[in-house]
Amino acid sequence: MLSIKDLHVNVGDKEILKGISLEIHAGEVHAIMGPNGSGKSTLSQVLAGRDGYEVVSGSITYKDQDILALSPEERAREGVFLALQYPVEIPGVNNVYLLKAGLNAIRKHRGLSELDAFEFLTLIKEKMKLMQMDESFLNRGVNEGFSGGEKKRNEILQMAILEPSLALLDETDSGLDIDALKIVANGVNSLRSPERAILMVTHYQRLLDYITPDYVHVLAGGKIIKSGDKSLALELEKRGYDWLTHPQSQKGTTTGAIGA
Amino acid sequence: MSTTPHDLEELVTQKYRHGFVTDIESDTLAPGLDENVIRHISRIKKEPDFLLQWRLNAYRHWLTMPTPNWAHLKIAPIDYQAISYYSAPKARTDAPKSLDEVDPKLLETYDKLGIPLHERARLAGVAVDAVFDSVSVATTFKDRLAKAGVVFCSFSDAVQHHPELIERYLGSVVPHGDNYFAALNSAVFTDGSFVYIPKGVRCPMELSTYFRINAANTGQFERTLIIADEGSTVSYLEGCTAPMRDENQLHAAVVELVALKDANIKYSTVQNWYPGDENGLGGIYNFVTKRGDCRGANSKISWTQVETGSAITWKYPSCILTGDNSVGEFYSVALTNHYQQADTGTKMIHIGRNTKSTIVSKGISAGHGQNCYRGLVKILPGAEGARNYTQCDSLLMGDRCGAHTFPYIEVKNSTASVEHEASTSKISDDQLFYCRSRGISQEDAVSMIVNGFCKAVFKELPMEFAVEAQNLLSVSLEGAVG
Ligand SMILES: Nc1ncnc2c1ncn2[C@@H]1O[C@H](COP(=O)(O)OP(=O)(O)O)[C@@H](O)[C@H]1O
Ligand SMILES: [Mg+2]
Repeated sequence: MLSIKDLHVNVGDKEILKGISLEIHAGEVHAIMGPNGSGKSTLSQVLAGRDGYEVVSGSITYKDQDILALSPEERAREGVFLALQYPVEIPGVNNVYLLKAGLNAIRKHRGLSELDAFEFLTLIKEKMKLMQMDESFLNRGVNEGFSGGEKKRNEILQMAILEPSLALLDETDSGLDIDALKIVANGVNSLRSPERAILMVTHYQRLLDYITPDYVHVLAGGKIIKSGDKSLALELEKRGYDWLTHPQSQKGTTTGAIGA
Repeated sequence: MSTTPHDLEELVTQKYRHGFVTDIESDTLAPGLDENVIRHISRIKKEPDFLLQWRLNAYRHWLTMPTPNWAHLKIAPIDYQAISYYSAPKARTDAPKSLDEVDPKLLETYDKLGIPLHERARLAGVAVDAVFDSVSVATTFKDRLAKAGVVFCSFSDAVQHHPELIERYLGSVVPHGDNYFAALNSAVFTDGSFVYIPKGVRCPMELSTYFRINAANTGQFERTLIIADEGSTVSYLEGCTAPMRDENQLHAAVVELVALKDANIKYSTVQNWYPGDENGLGGIYNFVTKRGDCRGANSKISWTQVETGSAITWKYPSCILTGDNSVGEFYSVALTNHYQQADTGTKMIHIGRNTKSTIVSKGISAGHGQNCYRGLVKILPGAEGARNYTQCDSLLMGDRCGAHTFPYIEVKNSTASVEHEASTSKISDDQLFYCRSRGISQEDAVSMIVNGFCKAVFKELPMEFAVEAQNLLSVSLEGAVG
């Protein structure tokens, strides 16, 4: 489904991603972990088509097409979804309105009929139940005045409605208390299917207790320095990142200062 | 990188859709202004003497006035002798008695503008007065309104049929010497709309005037007077367009509203005069004095405006809150693009006790557009318990445009409360990316964000107008990022 080959990405003059290669097949769940500033968000934004990142070399192929040639909206219509680390507020724009416009643009692209207001409302209410969201969300502006946790839940709600083939989750777990985390994990798990792939960026092993990944990769300093299965996440939890990034140094030094 | 200001700028490259010229024979006075021109206009219109004298007084006063100091506007001097002060489509009959007598070319013009005048083609519930250059060419639904006792006609007709109302109320809100352009208008105004809602009547339909400048080198000086008698209610809509011409055209209107005890007037404008081209050539100079007097207790006047057109806009729809417990509102969206300049805002003058005013202003600047909010809230000593709330938000698109806010507050009563909030923001790349990553095109995303920004104002517009206003903003911001 997704094939990233030797991807080098700059922001301005600074090289952020320094040769990333990654294969993700339909049905798989991959977790990317790594210290702050290692390039995790950069990778997910580049995949979703955010401007401002210069792809210096390498390729990204999604469903056999060169995704780099597509605009963010074209990628979304082809089934890519990014749950942002920091969802944005758009004052005055109704939550439902944005999501309905998005879904209908995607449906249109796929030759499906657009949903009318009533059909959409039925759909969103059903998904909101899954995310245990209050109906008052329907009348609020996009992320306007939402708490951190509400924003993250809203991202997963959007994902549940847009039903992407490739879901990119950028630290969807951070800032969530344990109950909210379970709800979010439940939302993500309900979307797991043989046709879908999920790439989730996380800082903590905690999320992986609820969403079991098939693969875990460690991204540090713009490179994937280690890949493994779920047990790698557990090891990271115990030992931090230093044993990987600075193999020569002793464990127990601070983590998270790499690549910032 | 990303959606740079340059991209956004492409996005706001608009095509003006009403820029055609109607080829119609007109009676047009030679350019120039003196007392003879004024006498001539008054004679053509068969006006009573009091009105001629009123015009002449205004003219003499105007001659003594210095040209206004342009605050935040850059403007080339206007040659008032180069303008023609009267242009009217040649009438086939003296005055059209019904739409069937109106020149088909005129009807076609309004059809093209999306304002079909034929009553059967008209969405039920809106009566239209169409003003073409200097004269009113048609007023629809007269009969139905007459049954309710509502007078809705051209200003000229009102002068003929209701001279006592004109004499009593004309200039009672905006005196002829009020300001430079009001004085000029008072001297040379040619037509406009007149509304009288009798006591206790709720006007059975929305009233609207549609202004169109067609002739070249013509100024449009219309005058609107709306009187809502005790306990009456009316909602009035105003729309405007003009052909694309390279030279600037002057539009200096005066609108006076009078709300008596318990009366309620809602006045909505969608102003889409030709803004000039992307290099700032041509366009309408829109210098308008709009003022409402809440003369009676518990009366209410609400202004809502969506200003997307004109090269230069200079207007401050205002409320004089004379009556106790009266309410004044001003909701405004002003968009400036290319080289457009807007200096707009309101004045709320609190005179009566427990008077209340609300101001919500949304300025959008793109291209080299300059957008300025100028507002005065004045609480006089007798305005016990007066309250004002002002919210002023600016949205910038790109980095060559400007937004300026000048709130003036004068409080002479210690029991009054005045609240002012202001913000300036940009459409952020984050917001755009967020929408696009949900499948929404860049163009739709911008329009969605801008409409969201304007929501507090749009919800004040009558339904039909709200849709038009949203479309207008989308068109004004059309041309998307390549
Ligand atoms: N727009 C940007 N401009 C400059 N530097 C950036 C930008 N985006 C990311 N970076 C830098 O790239 C590095 C990786 O950031 P990011 O991808 O957000 O890391 P992570 O998500 O792993 O914490 C950091 O050093 C960050 O400062
Ligand atoms: Mg990050």
